[in-house]
Amino acid sequence: MEKDGQQGCQQCGKSAEGLSGAAPSNDPEQSRRSLLSWLLGGGVAASLASFFYPVIHFLNPPHISEAAVDEVSGGKVEDLKPNSGKIVRFGNKPALLVRVSDTEWKALSAVCTHLNCTVQYQPSTRLIWCACHNGMYDLTGRVVSGPPPKPLDEYAVKVRGDEVVISRRA
Amino acid sequence: MTATEARAKAASWLEERLDLSAVREAIGHKTVPVHSATRWYYFGGMTLFLFAIQIITGILLMLYYRPTVSEAFESVQFIMTRVQFGWLIRSIHSWSANLLIFIAFVHMFSVVFTHAYRKPRELTWLTGIALLGLMLFFGFSGYLLPWNKISYFATKVGTDVAANAPLVGPAIARFLRGGDDVGGATLTRFFAFHVMILPLTALLLVGLHILLVQQHGMSTPPWIGPSGVRQMRFFPNFFLRELMVWYCALAALGALAAIFPWELGDKADPFASAPAGIRPEWYFLAQFYTLKLIPSHVWIFEGEILGILGFGLLALGWALLPFWGTDQVGAARTRLVAGAGVVMVSYLAAFTVLGYVK
Amino acid sequence: MRAPFIALLLAPLGLLAQQAAKNSCLNCHSALDGEAQRPALLIKNDVHTTNGLGCADCHGGDPASDDPGVAMNPAKGFIGKPARTAIPKLCARCHSDPNFMRKFRPQQRVDQFELYQTSVHGKRLAEGDENVATCIDCHSVHEIRAVKDPAAPVYPLHLPETCARCHADSKKMAKYGIPTNQFAEYQTSVHWNALKVRGDLSAPTCASCHGNHGAKPPQVESVAAVCGSCHVLFAQLYQKSVHEPIFSAASGGGGCIVCHSNHGIHQPSTAMLEGPKAVCSQCHDAGTPGAKTAVEMAGWLDGLDSALKHSESVLAEADKAGMEVSEAQAKLSDGRDDLVKARLALHAFQPVDMKKPIDAGMAVASETLHAGQAALHEKDVRRMGLAISVVFIGITIFAIWALIRRLEPKGGLPRDASTTPR
Repeated sequence: MEKDGQQGCQQCGKSAEGLSGAAPSNDPEQSRRSLLSWLLGGGVAASLASFFYPVIHFLNPPHISEAAVDEVSGGKVEDLKPNSGKIVRFGNKPALLVRVSDTEWKALSAVCTHLNCTVQYQPSTRLIWCACHNGMYDLTGRVVSGPPPKPLDEYAVKVRGDEVVISRRA
Repeated sequence: MTATEARAKAASWLEERLDLSAVREAIGHKTVPVHSATRWYYFGGMTLFLFAIQIITGILLMLYYRPTVSEAFESVQFIMTRVQFGWLIRSIHSWSANLLIFIAFVHMFSVVFTHAYRKPRELTWLTGIALLGLMLFFGFSGYLLPWNKISYFATKVGTDVAANAPLVGPAIARFLRGGDDVGGATLTRFFAFHVMILPLTALLLVGLHILLVQQHGMSTPPWIGPSGVRQMRFFPNFFLRELMVWYCALAALGALAAIFPWELGDKADPFASAPAGIRPEWYFLAQFYTLKLIPSHVWIFEGEILGILGFGLLALGWALLPFWGTDQVGAARTRLVAGAGVVMVSYLAAFTVLGYVK
Repeated sequence: MRAPFIALLLAPLGLLAQQAAKNSCLNCHSALDGEAQRPALLIKNDVHTTNGLGCADCHGGDPASDDPGVAMNPAKGFIGKPARTAIPKLCARCHSDPNFMRKFRPQQRVDQFELYQTSVHGKRLAEGDENVATCIDCHSVHEIRAVKDPAAPVYPLHLPETCARCHADSKKMAKYGIPTNQFAEYQTSVHWNALKVRGDLSAPTCASCHGNHGAKPPQVESVAAVCGSCHVLFAQLYQKSVHEPIFSAASGGGGCIVCHSNHGIHQPSTAMLEGPKAVCSQCHDAGTPGAKTAVEMAGWLDGLDSALKHSESVLAEADKAGMEVSEAQAKLSDGRDDLVKARLALHAFQPVDMKKPIDAGMAVASETLHAGQAALHEKDVRRMGLAISVVFIGITIFAIWALIRRLEPKGGLPRDASTTPR
């Protein structure tokens, strides 16, 4: 479209102007042409910018650079005393982390299998209790008494250094 | 030095080292016939354009995607929620994939109905059919990568169907799955297919396909007289028009991605039962529905095996179209091929719709 | 050739075997009709039959003899159809014998008769009243199934109907002066709904609160304890509240029943606190501090519920528009937990106890609402970005079209462009 200093076609003898098919110039035509060039150049530039803007931002890694994986941190080891438990969010559901003793940890789904209330650890009985209808589970998730029809799912707990990590069982 | 002078200097520096005169002349001489079917010429370029979009968005997605069972779903969720414009890149990739396959089919059928497969373009047809097959495999392998419930079960169904092919079926299925079941090994394998093996093969075939097109020029339908058909210069006339069409496609993709972002779904759970009404993506639906209709036993043969054999033979026959679609002197058997084309399009369209509503 | 001889030799053994398992009662009674035939038809479903027991184990007599005079001879222990007043003792002959029951099911309880004797049914039967329930009225006779057998009349799903056979019959209950609306009321309750509609077998039936063998209505002082066997925290709070001594002194049942009723226990709502159907206003006149408290607490609960519902709908709208809001939706369930805790705290009847969960819940509702609104805003930003991009694309397309028009004057392409096709 713009003359770029070509020699023209060797084969058929067309001139550079002839190749680009440019019309002969005259004044009103020229101003229309330059408006058109501006419109075209501007449109192309603007649209390309609107394509590159998201791509550039995409390439910039977000602040939280790690994806949520199939495990979650249960906090520091010293945050939880022996014979106590706490609720940790795992995926979209609550999980119950129980420190049974200095070295033994247990993690289970905290969603009661009766009517989906959130269960809690009961240090006095060393059992898991649901406050809604008095359902009781043992530390492997099995139903001890009360209305729950199914046991709680167990998760795997690992201690990495001073951090407790809960993950789904293989 | 003015801008024009600088550009001229740079051009001549390049010219002295890289002789592009042949390319420039080829482009300058390339013409496109102008007739009632000229609009169909756009579809080849559109397929190429969408493929380029897939490569670009695919490379971008690879910067964040993790191909393991424990991280695949989460990494796609990460892209959709945390990465800036991740939702846009991923949604464009998914929408463009579907558009690409659809346009590829339109391109193929336009070649059928304008009889552009005639000599000397048989190789172009063959490479094209191979490319269509590659695109379907691209779709199949890419579909599994987000590792959500629907894609897991669609892959399971798909590999089960493949396992029913006579003789080689179980071996093929095992090769695809990377084992006896769909799992982490399948994900790794499909990722390798999707980002390396298929792209390399496709680039080779696309290169060949385009080279052949440039060599032979654009085909004119047989019902148009050999002389007197107007020609349009490819550059700049047809090219500008093609640019317009490509820009329209970009607008459409952007709108689809912004208004109908591709969904994430739920993470796949191999131990859960398949959700009700599981079915493959639309481009496999016609075959899927056909297989469902075939009775479980036809005479002494198992229905599914017969179905797969049938599809294989149909594909082979279709690939050989240039050979049975032309007579001894090389003229197109227009009525035969057009008829076959109508039957094929109707079958695919009808059974795809039926597969959806049933 | 030798086969017939061997058969002849073994035949007497066969006859012997037949005689050992012979049950002449069944053989004769199956051939009869009407009421005399019924037991023979039903007995194959009976749990006693499965355990190897037969007619004579309850009715006595000699099942080895085909002669009715011998089979049904009182000298052989035959008692015929026992009198109703004698039935519990008859069943207890085995069912209260731990040594006997241990042979079949070591963990089977053996205190049913003992409990029965403490019940209203048992006491009245001992006085000679034959109209009260005995073992066979609830467990059926000749077709007795284990409690966990879904076809048993005492299976949780069927138990209320079994009790209602008498207790909903106004003619039967007339002479005892007992109301007969309990079953009808129970069928409107949440417990019946849990049982019948949701299939939750842990939901209470008549026996859960009244006992089964030792059936008796719980006394005023034990109602809260009975409800509290499942609804632990509610009972604990209630026991420490101001209402406990007041309700215990009331007649016609106390405790939880005062507000929640006994059989027709409906889903509680703030309508119990405020409005025409309010329970509180039955004692607390309008304008009194108690009434004001009830209205205040109702307002808090309704406020939190509607705040959570509002957040839910905004998040659902964002979700439908394709925005990723699963984390906020998960956080919302914490807010729902807070609402449950607030409703629990109500049973201490002190507003200060309810304030904490209400405030926590409102914080969650507000946080999730902002997340939903941010998602909706983001959706608008995306659409705006798209619109801008489409405008630029439109301008470019227009400019290209104009360029094409300029390159190709009206009437077709440049005349020097035609070349023969290849």
